Amino acid sequence: MLEKKKDADGDTSYSISVGPVHPALKEPVKLNMSIEGEKVTGVDFELSQVHRGVEWMGTRRNPIQIMFLAERICGICNICHIMAFSKAVENAAGIEVPARASYIRTIAAELERIHSHVLWAGVAAHELGFDSVMHYTWKLRENVLDTIEYLTGNRITKAIVTIGGVRRDIHEKQVPRLKETTDYYLKSFDKLGKIFLKDPVVKSRCRDTGILTKKEALVTCAVGPTARASGVRKDIRVDETYAAYPELDMKPMMPDMVTGETRGDVYDRIITRLLEVKQSAEIINDCLNQMPEGKIVYEEKIPKLLAELKGVEGEGTGRLEAPRGEVFHYVKMVGEDSPYAWKVRAPTYNNMLAWVPMLMNEQIADIPIIAASIDPCMSCTNRAVVAGKTSSILTQENLHRLSVEKTRKIREALK
Amino acid sequence: MMDPLLMNVAMIPAVAVLGIILGLIYKGIDRRLAARMQARIGPPLRQPFIDLKKLMMKENIVPKNAVSWVFNFMPVVALASSLMLLMYIPFLQIPAILAGSGDLIVILYVLIFPSLALVVGGFASGSPYATVGAQREMVAMLSYEVPLAITIVSIAWLMSMTGSIGTAFDLAAVSAANIWSLVGPIGAVGLLLLLVVLIFVTTGEMGAIPVDAAEAETEIAGGLLAEYSGRNLALFYLTSAVKMVALGSLIIALFLPMTPVQLGLVQAGNTGMIANVLCFLAKLFVVVFLSSTFIRVAVARFRITQVVKVYWGYTTLAALLGLLLVGVDILLKVS
Repeated sequence: MLEKKKDADGDTSYSISVGPVHPALKEPVKLNMSIEGEKVTGVDFELSQVHRGVEWMGTRRNPIQIMFLAERICGICNICHIMAFSKAVENAAGIEVPARASYIRTIAAELERIHSHVLWAGVAAHELGFDSVMHYTWKLRENVLDTIEYLTGNRITKAIVTIGGVRRDIHEKQVPRLKETTDYYLKSFDKLGKIFLKDPVVKSRCRDTGILTKKEALVTCAVGPTARASGVRKDIRVDETYAAYPELDMKPMMPDMVTGETRGDVYDRIITRLLEVKQSAEIINDCLNQMPEGKIVYEEKIPKLLAELKGVEGEGTGRLEAPRGEVFHYVKMVGEDSPYAWKVRAPTYNNMLAWVPMLMNEQIADIPIIAASIDPCMSCTNRAVVAGKTSSILTQENLHRLSVEKTRKIREALK
Repeated sequence: MMDPLLMNVAMIPAVAVLGIILGLIYKGIDRRLAARMQARIGPPLRQPFIDLKKLMMKENIVPKNAVSWVFNFMPVVALASSLMLLMYIPFLQIPAILAGSGDLIVILYVLIFPSLALVVGGFASGSPYATVGAQREMVAMLSYEVPLAITIVSIAWLMSMTGSIGTAFDLAAVSAANIWSLVGPIGAVGLLLLLVVLIFVTTGEMGAIPVDAAEAETEIAGGLLAEYSGRNLALFYLTSAVKMVALGSLIIALFLPMTPVQLGLVQAGNTGMIANVLCFLAKLFVVVFLSSTFIRVAVARFRITQVVKVYWGYTTLAALLGLLLVGVDILLKVS
């Protein structure tokens, strides 16, 4: 609601909230803006409108059951969560994934990246009021969805990854269809580039809008395309490589590859994502060419796998590059049916902090496109819910003091 | 024979109803065509009528912190003023009922009314989105009034310089004179420029996509109309339909007045009448297509600052250039 406030200088400013429910937002989050005329002078946001307690549910299920839960953390980048969870469990249990399974995982993950980025491009166009482009890009997206369905049996939630490998093989006769899809996206890359990068109105709305400098990107710990568009060379696929990526020739996609400069604005974020669509198509082609023969899963019999996992004691982490940035899963097993702890960190959690420098001093009209430019995913991000009024808030200072105290206690105990 | 005054009074509701029906039909065509251009199937042509019926049946909600009488009154003002516009502009071969001396100036003023009613209604609804929308609408109004005024003045000036000083601001006289016949090739280029300007101003008046900052769905959730529902929203919906017909008819009366009968393509009489009406509908379609359907699928939305820049900058410059060309043409003729 609009509220009138007087600041110390006697100037009146208004505050306006975008959300929790707003046509520009696909998922609930509340952005509180202070505005002067059309200019944004203060930014704050409130989370936890869609907390589902996924982690809590996970600690009451066995790893095989959690797989299905993990895949449903996010509707769009579902494979990243199940892959990160599987990696964490494999890490804890010391399970080795067969080479062929790694390749199939990579192909599935890259198909998902294409679908996620093209979907995002449509959403961005809609935020700009360019519905024709939204419908056009979503029409382009149908091709990859059909291919995913052809490979895995499902359009969105693929259910292909399992602990220790994958559940379905890619047969020789399925390869031509996959190659068709990659050709289709390599071809439509030019078309998409023409629409998004050459259109004068889109350019005037996105160029120099929502700037995130390299320094701010580092300070706010931005990840994924958001960080890369600001000139931070950071891609888990290269930095801490996994699956089949080490055997592929790839480098992080940066906006200066196209324009020769990095400004860190919405336009650069569009370039980065479009480049990644092309890169993904190329990665899939490479994978199909080099894929080795062999087993696709560590242990086919699920009861046997479960029995093995039950005896595992230890911690494991899974890090990987989702379409939106780094996904991180942590699992602690204590030799029981269900893990002792399961922690999920989705990329939006990092990227959201970048909203503050991006939105500052921009116009109200740019709030939707800037908010959308990090490709936010709220329900993946919500890890806690605050019910009612809180009596105290833990600030950075509080947390720092608490951690110092704890360290001291541990030291004393060790003596 | 009926008294002409009584006849006119009887014509008013007929024109109003015709205008509304025509507007809704064109809205249906507009939506269908826009959908096809966006690779969608789109709604059936009668969708605007279905929407209207639905809105009329829905509850009319007045927000708690709204100024309720203003909030409820403004939709009526908007529809009444847009219907009033129709009385001054000839459409569908029906001569303007209230035609008279200097009616172009009246039209210029009445054109502001529906937008102004929206602004007042937006402010009265007490919603932050509507307030932002109302501010934007005011800015937009100020921006497109300038090129609009320049266009009308250019035409009036052309009329007065070519010998009809007394009737320079009479729409019927302008329409009858056919401005294209008054100028040479340079002036024709100028008039073409003015026509383009007027079509783009119509886009602004209609609040269609590149310049719909006041309603901007993804930014301010419908802006001015954020709090309107039910009957009130239906009235605003009708307003925009009628305004579309009125503005289209204005462009036709000013710039495209020739009918098949005048051109000698068809014999006068019943056949001629039907041909004229069909020709008018075709011209209206072209104007609506160019000013609303085509442009809103072809580009993205401007920020309000860009709207001002486009109207005050480029469009006004184009209008002034048109005026200049028409002026050069006249001076060449006179000398």
